[in-house]
Amino acid sequence: MSADAVAVARPGRWTAPRQAWAMAKWELRRIVSWRNTWLLFAAFAPVVILLAHAARDRQHRLEDETIVLSAILQMYYIRFATYFGCLGVFMRLVRGEIAERTLHYVLLAPLRREAVVVGKFLAGALTTTLVFGAGVLASFVLMYAHFPAGRAFLTQGPGLRHLGLYLLVTVLACLGYGAVLLAMSLLFKNPMVPAVVVLLWEGVNGALPAWLKHFSVTFYLKPLMPVELPIAGVLRLFTVVAEPTPAWLSVSGLLVFTVGVVAFACWRTRRLEISYSTD
Amino acid sequence: MSGERAIAFEDVSKFYGEVLGVNRVTLSLPPGITSLVGPNGSGKTTLMNLMAGLLRPTRGRLSVLGRSPDDSESLGRLVGYCTQYDSFPRGMTGRSLLRGWLGLHGLAPADARRLADEALERVGMTDAADRKIAAYSKGMRQRIRLALALCHRPEVLVLDEPLNGLDPMARAECLALFQGLAREGLHVVISSHILHEVDRVSDHVVLLSHGYVVAEGRIHEVRTEVTDQPMQILVRCNRPHVLASRLFTADHVVEVRVHPDGKGLLVRTRDAAAFHRLLNSIVLETDVELDAVAPADDDVGAVYQYLIGSDAEAL
Repeated sequence: MSADAVAVARPGRWTAPRQAWAMAKWELRRIVSWRNTWLLFAAFAPVVILLAHAARDRQHRLEDETIVLSAILQMYYIRFATYFGCLGVFMRLVRGEIAERTLHYVLLAPLRREAVVVGKFLAGALTTTLVFGAGVLASFVLMYAHFPAGRAFLTQGPGLRHLGLYLLVTVLACLGYGAVLLAMSLLFKNPMVPAVVVLLWEGVNGALPAWLKHFSVTFYLKPLMPVELPIAGVLRLFTVVAEPTPAWLSVSGLLVFTVGVVAFACWRTRRLEISYSTD
Repeated sequence: MSGERAIAFEDVSKFYGEVLGVNRVTLSLPPGITSLVGPNGSGKTTLMNLMAGLLRPTRGRLSVLGRSPDDSESLGRLVGYCTQYDSFPRGMTGRSLLRGWLGLHGLAPADARRLADEALERVGMTDAADRKIAAYSKGMRQRIRLALALCHRPEVLVLDEPLNGLDPMARAECLALFQGLAREGLHVVISSHILHEVDRVSDHVVLLSHGYVVAEGRIHEVRTEVTDQPMQILVRCNRPHVLASRLFTADHVVEVRVHPDGKGLLVRTRDAAAFHRLLNSIVLETDVELDAVAPADDDVGAVYQYLIGSDAEAL
């Protein structure tokens, strides 16, 4: 062994962030593949419908469009597409590698296990926020940009603030769901059942006692929604309704929640073993 | 052997739920080539996974050159592991796999490139390095795994069936490579079913059966300790029949057979030392001239057969 090779392999000041970023790049190579094109379909399905709506419908009322867009955001993007997108991406970060028998490559590298989790989470978060953020942005622009009142709403009214909040909610949803689903994949050999339980939990969050609501991603997203949907009855459970909680508290609350769950995943990974035949 | 320079297992057990991996293993592996030998399910891969930090002992203590397997960062730097898992991240070429993996070490891209190219050259994969791994033959995939184990210049090389899928020429090259690395002071731990080839390069052997260490040490020492099996000794001489008639008079000689080529004897004896003394006296008293005297079952295959019982060739 020549001394120079050993020297370059010694940890330095920037080694940990470099390792986490290298891990993220390694993971992004796996995620960005034809097998994950369904993510684009999930993110851009409403865009196709809105494109048809913009091209064919002639009567546009700003209030109606705003309610419809809010419904798409709350009922489709946050409740459905983002959740299942994160399910497909974050659950496969560890379980997918175990199924493909490639996790040992990562665990044999001289990485702190925490860097493995942080890098993987970073890759999943980058993918989902970019894909779903782009879907939300495209939906928003298509909804308002094709008629004069909509354009005025964007340029002179509160349109840009709404857009900012929707993007913020999407990013936070990706981070929150992602962290929970990553942790699930480390806790359970078959994480699909707990994933369904999480989905139901998030769905009935509005009906839970106040202290239990804190253990939910939806709880932190509610106050950030700029528009309340006029829905009553059972369906109300599936919408995100505004509550008088300060936005900064919601954002910081969800970030703390995410960091806490990722820290738990890091702790869990320290005891992770490779035994593909028993997994 | 100092704990800082050895791979030390102290009463290590590993269970997969109810299933035994290895039980109460106490070993100290010195630098050089150590072979793990045993039938399927004997615990070879479990021992290797423990050394590489992919598994944690259920009980006992393990240290690799003084490092605990809990210190994954330090262990990853010390150990290069060529696993048996024939799976690779999708879409990668041999070169991109090595560079990406070296990137995980926190190496700068230029260093990763240099070390990857060096390892590819060492295993003879430079020409095929830019092809997708999915298009590689079994032997090429094996060589890429070897390159991955070597590329960061580890001090401990753990090789699980490293000769699988390689043609005879590549096997010979790999064995020469392992010998070269062992001469540089590395710990090279090999498990292989190709016993006669492992036998040729091993300094140390660990025999495993059903999760237990049956014997360990230098092959000759292990063979000497197998006292219930008579030693087989090949004697090359000019008058085998005369020698045979004299040897038959000794109690410790169990069997004497004339070699098929008629130029020697195969002797089985319960006491090798007494046999050598007797042989000396026969040579002095008669006109028998010896050409060579050598153990005929002083190899991994024979030791394996005596201690574990099944046919080593059937491994």
